[in-house]
Amino acid sequence: MSTTPLLQCMEVRKSFPKSDGGELLVLDGMNLELNPGQIVGLLGRSGSGKSTLLRLIAGLAEPSAGKISYLGEPVAGPAAGIAMVFQSFALFPWLTVYENVALGLEAQHMAKPEIRKRSLAAIDLIGLDGFESAYPRELSGGMRQRVGFARALVVHPNILLMDEPFSALDVLTAETLRTDFLDLWGEGRMPIKGVVLVTHNIEEAVLMCDRILVFGSNPGRILSEIKVALPQPRNRLDPSFRELVERIYVVMTARPADSPAVGRQERFPGLGIGSILPAVGTNLMSGLLEAVAAPPFSGTADLPKIASDLQMEIDDLFPVAETLQMLRFAELEGGDLKLTEDGMAFAAASVDERKRIFLRHLLSYVPLAAHIRRVLDERASHSARKSRFIDEIEDFMNEQAAENTLRAIVQWGRYAEAFAYDDVNAMFSLENPT
Amino acid sequence: MLRFEPFGFLRDLTSRWDLIAFVVVIGLIAFLGEAARGLFIPLSQLDMVPLSLDPRHLPEYAARTTLRMLVALVLSLVFTLTYATWAAKSERAGKLLVPILDILQSVPILGFMSITLVFFMSLAPGRVLGAEFASIFLIFTSQAWNMAFSFYQSLRTVPTELSEAADSFRLSPWMRFWQLEVPFGLPALVWNMMMSMSGGWFFVVASESFTVGRTSVALPGIGSYIALAIEQKNLAAIGWAIGTMLLVILAYDQLLFRPLVSWVDRFKVEQDPSENTPESWALTMMRRSRLIKAGKVAFQAAVLATSRAFNFGDPASRVVSSRPKRSLDLLWVSLVGVAVALSVWHVVASLIAQTPISEAVQVVGLALVTMLRVIVLIALASLVWVPVGIWVGLRPRVAQVVQPAAQFMAAFPANLLFPIVVYGIVTWKLKPDIWLSPLMILGTQWYILFNVIAGASALPAELRYAATNFGVKGWLWWRKVALPGVLPFYVTGAITASGGSWNAAQVAELVTWGKTEITAKGLGSYISQAATAGDFHRIVLGVGVMSLFVVVINRLFWRPLYYFAERKYRLT
Repeated sequence: MSTTPLLQCMEVRKSFPKSDGGELLVLDGMNLELNPGQIVGLLGRSGSGKSTLLRLIAGLAEPSAGKISYLGEPVAGPAAGIAMVFQSFALFPWLTVYENVALGLEAQHMAKPEIRKRSLAAIDLIGLDGFESAYPRELSGGMRQRVGFARALVVHPNILLMDEPFSALDVLTAETLRTDFLDLWGEGRMPIKGVVLVTHNIEEAVLMCDRILVFGSNPGRILSEIKVALPQPRNRLDPSFRELVERIYVVMTARPADSPAVGRQERFPGLGIGSILPAVGTNLMSGLLEAVAAPPFSGTADLPKIASDLQMEIDDLFPVAETLQMLRFAELEGGDLKLTEDGMAFAAASVDERKRIFLRHLLSYVPLAAHIRRVLDERASHSARKSRFIDEIEDFMNEQAAENTLRAIVQWGRYAEAFAYDDVNAMFSLENPT
Repeated sequence: MLRFEPFGFLRDLTSRWDLIAFVVVIGLIAFLGEAARGLFIPLSQLDMVPLSLDPRHLPEYAARTTLRMLVALVLSLVFTLTYATWAAKSERAGKLLVPILDILQSVPILGFMSITLVFFMSLAPGRVLGAEFASIFLIFTSQAWNMAFSFYQSLRTVPTELSEAADSFRLSPWMRFWQLEVPFGLPALVWNMMMSMSGGWFFVVASESFTVGRTSVALPGIGSYIALAIEQKNLAAIGWAIGTMLLVILAYDQLLFRPLVSWVDRFKVEQDPSENTPESWALTMMRRSRLIKAGKVAFQAAVLATSRAFNFGDPASRVVSSRPKRSLDLLWVSLVGVAVALSVWHVVASLIAQTPISEAVQVVGLALVTMLRVIVLIALASLVWVPVGIWVGLRPRVAQVVQPAAQFMAAFPANLLFPIVVYGIVTWKLKPDIWLSPLMILGTQWYILFNVIAGASALPAELRYAATNFGVKGWLWWRKVALPGVLPFYVTGAITASGGSWNAAQVAELVTWGKTEITAKGLGSYISQAATAGDFHRIVLGVGVMSLFVVVINRLFWRPLYYFAERKYRLT
């Protein structure tokens, strides 16, 4: 029994068609095995394809290539033994707690008394008794997610898929739910054999999982697989816990050793005007620069430390840190963020000086910004349509990414006063409005 | 409050599918006209109970009118659940079905009454029943399109996670439809039903009593009562009818729509308890009587039972990526091709071949006159109601009273009031070309008012405080704060008002008082004269030209304006 894996993914690949006929690769070379009694975590930033993989496992979408099998059988459509808990709960607002829980059983055409018995048992198990006749809107976020859990457990799945189940909750509620879940899991009171948890919270992954797959982006792929051998219940302050967290930070901030293959879109510098730019505001950049420049960091910050100091999750922190790296205001290495000389100078400078430093770095290290500026300088009218640049960068990325990239460049260009942009007419120009 | 979205999903200004849809719809009308001409049966011997102007009969007449309305509403609902679902689920069908819906919305069906009448008379065994069918069909055409649009839109915007939850718990398509898609679409659908009712009342009154050629039909109802009162120049009877209508609409509002709106509030997906939950005494009463609960239990049992019995679709089957098969595609394209070819042939053969160019030019000229009327009237109504609406909307206490009143006025069939105006025109010998015009906007101006009120009430208090704080006053305040703030709402109201006015033109440009007939020059009076004469070519020509005008104006003016206002001025 325990020799057959619950779930197996082999060389799974997923791509979406682009509007220009090309393909956008979001997942590549995914291998995963889930054995009974395990919680496997998929950890990565948004856009790393971890949620996509979860939907492939759930049978909600089809892989472009590769194989996914559940108990040795290929997954074709939503399987009876796989249930899912959603990030935004996905409760039906017009059904009561009881009706929401019972729905999955009704879909299986189960006999009414049996539905009732099992639904009430699930509601009871998850600590919802007394709320049976309430509507979701009457419940707090934590209670709603409990309904989400009860709804998934009632169908007695072998595998429970969880898509960032705690990320829409406040810190305290999330912690309570996590603990309750781990207690039930540890005591074997839930009718499930294995769990796949998607998260972007490093500590959550270390706290809950037996194995963590760290995802990289563009396209989504597994960077590293980390075993967590710590006994449950785990303590966040335990040095070996901290060490694991630190190690994952290092993995996630490591520059890709094997230089990117042709056509791969990287956020790292040096790729010409085709690189996707993150929509990171200049205020956020200044804020992080100031925080790292100031004591106790004085120029070099340990990422886990500054993340908890600033109460930022990796999804908030990493894009900012990477943008600073791209602009050569900082270096990201071994889980540390280290400011460059100009980064330190920026943090100490006045408003006008900052703009001058930023302008210099923007035009030197962001090829697209330099390109726009050059076009505007060369033209007699000193103006150019946005669509012109969109067309150019769409050779390298999809429509949405091109739109976001230009939004980022407009924001930075305006701050640096490198150029002006008129949104109504979608025109770049050199003159600022009077 | 839910918003009425006039254009659904059609964000593109034009597509070739629009053109195809237009040809198909007009072709269909021409075809029906042709068919009906062949079927023309003299209706003179309709065995109808003579109407009486005695007010004691009014409750019965009101009940008949209301019943017609209800039947049409149910038909519209059935149409909505099937047509919109088909359009949303089949990408291939949707390409044509959605533009057709949009064109149908713009077709002034009233002029088409005589054709549908003959058509339905030939279908129904009993003649009076045929007239009833025709009347109900007409009301249906005034209600169904926007309801179908709203449901189509809901189907296309079911939140991904809810949809995924339904899939992952393996709901069959049938259960999914009743447990997820219909409940999700309900709030918007109910709101659109309310809008439809307003249009329906207008048509129910117009469709009960009409003349085709030498045949007159008068179905028992408030509309016929009014027609008789006009014929006999009885102002007191008209007063009675108006009073009855007010009561009927009030009852409908309190007993049907208030409870519905209040009930569907729980179907809204944003899960925070809304600040002001709509209240309804009738719903509270029904809840206490456990009526709703019993209904809900019965409904869910029915869904489950049907799902079990038919086992629609295998829930375990893969969520199919709907990749249309080539052969089916070919079949579909050729079907559409045949429909278009037939339509073109009909339009060419029956219309263009037999209509002199001069007539067509004249009709376009008349359309321009009517268009001028609509533009001037919308402008005048805006000048009056926008400032009033803003003033009211910024005073919550006043708005609480005025807002429902304006909505109520919009629901009231303005054609009931026509006789009073006509009486004035006859008495004072006023110029019909000018003085008949206001009738076109009598019922539709309220859309501008209540939308502007809604917009002004939605203006965030902080914005208003900021304006006060910086001393923004007078004309500057109107220009920079108030007018931009309500613009998206105003545009929505103006679109509805403009569409309604085109439709109303057919009854407003030609009115009678006793034996006196007053006509204003325009496309509306052209169509109604053709309808009375039973001249099908002229009807189709007039209806076709009017649809074309409405469609083009929507595409070139209202739609761009709407999206501009939504993008630039919508406060989220």
